[in-house]
Amino acid sequence: MDTLIETPALDSPYQILNHHGQLVGEPPNLTPEKLLSLHDAMWRTRMLSDKIVAMQRQGRAATFGPLVGQEAAAVGVGAPLKPQDWMAGSYREIGAYMAKGVRVQDFLDVYRGFPPPKGSNGNNCLPIQIVIGTQVLHAVGLAMAAKIKGDDAIAVGICGDGATSEGDVNEALNFAGVFKAPAIIVFTNNGWAISMPRSQQTSAPTLAARGIGFGVPSKLVDGNDILAVYKTTSEAAERARAGDGPTLIELLTYRMGAHTTADDPTRYRPKEELEYWKERDPISRFRKYLFDRNILDEKGEKLMTEAIETEINEAVEYVEKQPPLSPEAIFDITFEQPTPRLQRQRVVMRRELAEIAAKNEGKA
Amino acid sequence: MTIAENVNPAVSHKPASKLTMIEAINQSLRIEMERDERVVMLGEDIGRNGGVFRVTDGLQARFGERRVFDTPLAESGIIGTAIGLAINGLRPIPEIQFAGFMFVSFNQIVSQAARMRFRSGGMYTCPMVIRAPFGGGVRTPEMHSDSVEGVFLQTPGLKVVLPSNPYDAKGLLAAAIEDPDPVIFLENIKLYRSFKQEVPEERYVLPLGKAAVVQEGSDLTVFAYGAMVSVSLEAAKQVSQETGASIEVIDLRTMWPLDEETITASVEKTGRAVIVHEAPRAGGIGAEVTAIINENCLYSLLKPVARVTGYDTPFPSPQLEDLYLPTPRRVAWAIRETLED
Repeated sequence: MDTLIETPALDSPYQILNHHGQLVGEPPNLTPEKLLSLHDAMWRTRMLSDKIVAMQRQGRAATFGPLVGQEAAAVGVGAPLKPQDWMAGSYREIGAYMAKGVRVQDFLDVYRGFPPPKGSNGNNCLPIQIVIGTQVLHAVGLAMAAKIKGDDAIAVGICGDGATSEGDVNEALNFAGVFKAPAIIVFTNNGWAISMPRSQQTSAPTLAARGIGFGVPSKLVDGNDILAVYKTTSEAAERARAGDGPTLIELLTYRMGAHTTADDPTRYRPKEELEYWKERDPISRFRKYLFDRNILDEKGEKLMTEAIETEINEAVEYVEKQPPLSPEAIFDITFEQPTPRLQRQRVVMRRELAEIAAKNEGKA
Repeated sequence: MTIAENVNPAVSHKPASKLTMIEAINQSLRIEMERDERVVMLGEDIGRNGGVFRVTDGLQARFGERRVFDTPLAESGIIGTAIGLAINGLRPIPEIQFAGFMFVSFNQIVSQAARMRFRSGGMYTCPMVIRAPFGGGVRTPEMHSDSVEGVFLQTPGLKVVLPSNPYDAKGLLAAAIEDPDPVIFLENIKLYRSFKQEVPEERYVLPLGKAAVVQEGSDLTVFAYGAMVSVSLEAAKQVSQETGASIEVIDLRTMWPLDEETITASVEKTGRAVIVHEAPRAGGIGAEVTAIINENCLYSLLKPVARVTGYDTPFPSPQLEDLYLPTPRRVAWAIRETLED
């Protein structure tokens, strides 16, 4: 393998497709259909992000962290995985989750402010982590369990550059190494942790370099190059499945938007940076690659994005038509069986709900 | 191995042997690991060394390194990975070497393990038993003695168990391991080897959330748990001998959920209550038991509820700890005052 994962290149990230859409490395062996599905998944990720931002502005969704610019980093990590594999990510990983099979409507529910409906299928993806960094340990534990049970499953833990300062992320790398867990740990380095640039998280030149200290092979990858991300993740997954242990991958990408819908990046981020990264956009780069090879054309891409738009709109329509989840649900998901006290507290809530209903009826 | 291979009905009527709490917990761990191969143990020094108190002695030799394994020295890592183990179908029993070090893993316990079921809408669960020794009176270094149970009253999604004797420890641990939700199992260091008790060899389960009436009485109820049960019994004996009062002593056994039914029934009968714990007073189990009495049977009370607890200071250094921990003397004061008309 020409891309054997051994030591991180400190100077230049691994790249297959440069930002002009030209091949500079050996691409993974993928069918045109597979290539198109990656493009489709990146568009779906971007369009869902834009849709939820628009809904938030209209008061139809809660706070949301847009992920425009990071589509390749997300899709390229999720797409090579198998259904039995596990994923634990944070709020900017929904593209990776979707590539793993999580439906558009499941995210819509979460971002509309509802818990996931009981009995819904998580596709082996843990709930989006809020206390960032924490989830990487869960991924390592999931991987350790797979190894203990002898399952043919691996686990992927994803976090951002800010989270790498958390103790849990470093403990996760350490545990993964010590137990030779079939895990992939992905640092999605998008340059910023809200207002803190990557240079203020660590004085190390790269985050991938941290693998050396934990005895975990690591690799620095152009995170806006879908082919490089896909190929590196595939190789890391193969290593994990073969019993060769964990891999650390640092994906260099950029958060084109705000941290969340409640954030204003113009307060802290230089404009020139945005221009620089616009030229390195993951979708336009891959689009050029597909167009140059006649795998896709303008018309085909238009059909693709129109279909995605319809799918997202239909999902929005569907979730907004659902009856609101009963607030009583909280008593049923705290423990497997509600305690006697929770049963009494449920009665209090019912009383309040009844009073509210009576009042509303009076108004009507 | 299968369950059938490891449960031999022939042994189920062997006479009980006298065991320390350490031996009873060790036996319970062994039995549970034999009957359920999903049960795995992880922690610092629990494997080859058998734990710093030898609670896990011999278990790695018996079940192998795949099921009983030492971890790097990282409490958050232990609980965080145990969460992944639990979600992916195992029944981990992580050990935190001393409960005072649990705070290092607090986010993983409180915000992650305790609410994984909740935040995933019931999709993922964390059945695990976090074992940790704690408690004063044995001259441990700083931060080794702290009682942490009260902190977890404010952690919805967790159960908290704290046995006072070898028999209970074995049966409660079996229930904790079987439980579909995360359980904190706190082991009082002073009780580890202080006395032996008849413990049946076969498996038995004591339900969580049930207190035990250790001594029946009609004039006053003392609620205690852990090492404070024997302190309370001694104080009750003293006062009974002096005054002839009939004192009920209840071992709460499960800190969360508290057995409100037993608490209420006893106070309705006796009309007087004293609560004893070595944890600090503020916002602790005593406060919660007092509130339960207030909500359920205030008008049965003949005197205000009294609390005898650790002081609201950090747990002191070894040479000062004897006066920090509730003593039979302090408990007897409270009983006498509460008995006065």
